[in-house]
Amino acid sequence: MTSANEAARRTDESVHDWLMSDRPRSRRQAAFGRAYATWRTFARNRLAMAGLLIVIGLVLTAAFADVLSPYSPYIGDLRTTRLLPPSLAHWFGTDDQGRDILSRVIFGSRITLFVVVLVAILAAPIGLAVGTIAGYSGGLIDATLMRITDIFLAFPRLILALAFVAALGPGIGNAVIAIALTSWPPYARIARAETLTLRQADYISAVRLSGASPWRIVWRHIMPLCVSSVIVRVTLDMAGIIITAAGLGFLGLGAQPPSPEWGAMIANGRLYVLDHWWVAAAPGAAIFLVSLAFNFLGDGLRDALDPKASR
Amino acid sequence: MDRRKPDVTLFSPLLVVEDLRVSFPARDGGTTEAVRGVSFTLGRERLGIVGESGSGKTQTGRAILGLTAPEGRVTARRLEFDGADLLRCNERQRRELRGGRIAMVLQDPKFSLNPVMPIGDQVVETLRAHSKVSPREARSRALSALEAVHIDDPTRVYDLFPHEVSGGMGQRAMIAMMLIADPDLLIADEPTSALDVTVQLQVLAILDELVARRGMGLILISHDLRLVSTFCDRILVMYGGRIVEEVEAGKLAAAKHPYTRGLVECLPRLGEDRHPLPTLDRRPEWAE
Amino acid sequence: MDRGSARLLRSSQLVARFLVVILLTYLGLLAVTFFIGRVIPIDPVLAIVGDRAPEHVIARVREELGLNKPLWEQFYIYVSKVLHGDFGRSVLTSNPVMQDIRRTFPATFELATLGIVIGAGIGVPLGVWAAVRRGGVVDQAVRIMGLIGYSIPIFWLGLMALVVFYARLGWVSGPGRIDVVYEYTLTSVTGLLLLDSARAGEWQAFGNVLSHLILPASLLGYFSLAYISRMTRSFMLNELAQEYIVAARAKGLSEARIIWRHALRNAMVPLVTVIALSYAGLLEGSVLTETVFAWPGLGLYLTNSLQNADMNAVLGATIVVGSIFVGLNLLSDLLYQMLDPRTRAMVRR
Repeated sequence: MTSANEAARRTDESVHDWLMSDRPRSRRQAAFGRAYATWRTFARNRLAMAGLLIVIGLVLTAAFADVLSPYSPYIGDLRTTRLLPPSLAHWFGTDDQGRDILSRVIFGSRITLFVVVLVAILAAPIGLAVGTIAGYSGGLIDATLMRITDIFLAFPRLILALAFVAALGPGIGNAVIAIALTSWPPYARIARAETLTLRQADYISAVRLSGASPWRIVWRHIMPLCVSSVIVRVTLDMAGIIITAAGLGFLGLGAQPPSPEWGAMIANGRLYVLDHWWVAAAPGAAIFLVSLAFNFLGDGLRDALDPKASR
Repeated sequence: MDRRKPDVTLFSPLLVVEDLRVSFPARDGGTTEAVRGVSFTLGRERLGIVGESGSGKTQTGRAILGLTAPEGRVTARRLEFDGADLLRCNERQRRELRGGRIAMVLQDPKFSLNPVMPIGDQVVETLRAHSKVSPREARSRALSALEAVHIDDPTRVYDLFPHEVSGGMGQRAMIAMMLIADPDLLIADEPTSALDVTVQLQVLAILDELVARRGMGLILISHDLRLVSTFCDRILVMYGGRIVEEVEAGKLAAAKHPYTRGLVECLPRLGEDRHPLPTLDRRPEWAE
Repeated sequence: MDRGSARLLRSSQLVARFLVVILLTYLGLLAVTFFIGRVIPIDPVLAIVGDRAPEHVIARVREELGLNKPLWEQFYIYVSKVLHGDFGRSVLTSNPVMQDIRRTFPATFELATLGIVIGAGIGVPLGVWAAVRRGGVVDQAVRIMGLIGYSIPIFWLGLMALVVFYARLGWVSGPGRIDVVYEYTLTSVTGLLLLDSARAGEWQAFGNVLSHLILPASLLGYFSLAYISRMTRSFMLNELAQEYIVAARAKGLSEARIIWRHALRNAMVPLVTVIALSYAGLLEGSVLTETVFAWPGLGLYLTNSLQNADMNAVLGATIVVGSIFVGLNLLSDLLYQMLDPRTRAMVRR
């Protein structure tokens, strides 16, 4: 932001005024200004801010898991610390192998973050690419791509992911691939819808007249405009992705033991839940909290980026 | 339709409106006033309310019927229909009045008719809401009502859905629907604005006939000054939520307020040669 | 052409168009599962005969399974088998997969159906109330329930519910469909235990089945309710803002009639689609719910097969569930078109 500070100081305005000016003097000022205005709308939404804080908390927890967790997530004492209820020493209690659940939940945040980030990185570009290409090309390419998308959409997401994991074998990597493969269709749909409206725009015709190839048009002009809708959708989808991943873990198809994946922890806790409720309680509550946070965040982003979207 | 009407002499008004105000909450937290102190009385005559979009004419009509949107506020010094104080009525009394004694015809039958209900059922509905009739009698009265609005094959139209009939027929069905319970006052809010010009004349003729035959009072709300001047006895001109002028239909040329004069000036005349056509030059003080 | 036969032609055109779409999507579905089946690292031959079988046995089984034929021919055989309901044999149960599916499907059907009855039966009125009393308590509740429904894992909520309502409070029975006491005295005709016990007049068994059914069905019902009530609210708000509602008020109709006979009747058109989609979603939800409640349905069958790498069973179950899903999706499209008198007419043009 120092360039903004410098620019502002040069003309003797405050940074805020420089950002909110409706006569930006450079593209960079306009871009910064837009981002700032979006931020301000977003920040006014308290639930969205809470969501953002929790997500940041997730990232920090994952990053500083070693420091934050009081015990080891993998080692437990079967003699003394097995199946202890929540107490001051063990805030979330201990599991059947004597491991501290709080520590396992903290380390599990790494897996959750890993899954969420990877699925987003894989699925969003695929969806964006398929959608924009289909929307811009039209005709046979569009029909074929949309048929494929519809076929994927025709399956219930969890079941398709299950089938993929069955084919690929259990493991966190395969689970990520499976979830990503089931997540991209809605993004493709959104990107295609946006592309269809943008395709008619005058400036696209102008760029085409100036001799740009279709690839360039899609890549440099259409895709960037679809990005924000896809981002909003991805964020809103995150909760579903986390829950699907937990579901796979619950069925033993995600991260394998002794990995402290939250879904697998619930599956483990299931065996003892009737008399030792806490073994399954904490990881589920963690999933709930993080999903809730992403939902708030996604709602806030959607309201901030697209003011026309009504409740 | 045989019904005893209260003996109303020419001097006892059907509707009394005094200082009617309608306001809505604005987006920034304040209020916007759609109607700012409108007053008039109405007997069994035809009153026209003319104004542009945003002049408050539609909201005036709706306020009389109690159809203002729930977030709006309606206040008035007096709002009386046939002696009944509309401000003090409870919801049940209001509902009895609506359709039974005061009726409203809306603008576009494409939107103001229930799309999933056959036309005949919608006509019958009004009748059964206000009087106890058997389904058979209700059906026959609905068919008569459709006949009264010059629909040629009422039995066929009875079973049709609104999207299956033309605009003119839909509007006639709406008139039948609203007049079947024999109201005393009709508020027609832009009844012909959504119709083709030739159809407009037909529908207006039907309105004319029905209002005259039943001795109803009529409030015709429109943006079309010429239409209102040919159809009504008196004209109220509204601008910015207020009545800026009240004039007799035949005496439009003698209008005093600059806004009214401007409107009259803007009316194109056949066989004239004015270039360019005059437009309205709004003064901010008219909104005061 | 008179009105009657015109309407008939329109409807049959609609149905024909949908059959074509179903066929194409189904073919694609089969292609995907076929592809998955061929990707698995486990050699299907070895899975059957074991890795110590002599060479000629392996070759013979390979021949029998048709693995020597070209790929597209294998696909053709696969498709024709599927259309005859032949999914192969389950490695785990040694039964034909179709038989296993027939045995387990009624349990899932009973669960999901009760779930949607709860979801729609409570969800629609709740949504209507939320729309009519906008900003009120019910409106807030609907929004919060929706938020929770999107954020909470169904299997975790089920577990916690089991702890509270079964272990702690003892209000409902535990996992399983019916207590062992009744299991062998009740002859199951339809596979739907509620119906079977009612028909046989075995009211004690009926009560037992109900107490087993109520918690998982309520769980599914909750998720369905959260979605349906939000959508109902949204559709109702949309309708209540329309001009025909103002006209209905101007006619002096009662508020109740306006809400139910006018607004809801119009909102039902997209709402039926929502309910059908929610039903499809419950099938998905039952996969995890059945694991939690040891419910012997299709979902449990699927997950057991998965954990034992029983590919025939997995693919068979996936196809069945996928088909139901596709069918429900397309049914909801069809219903939408048929319920709205406007679109019924548009097909003509």
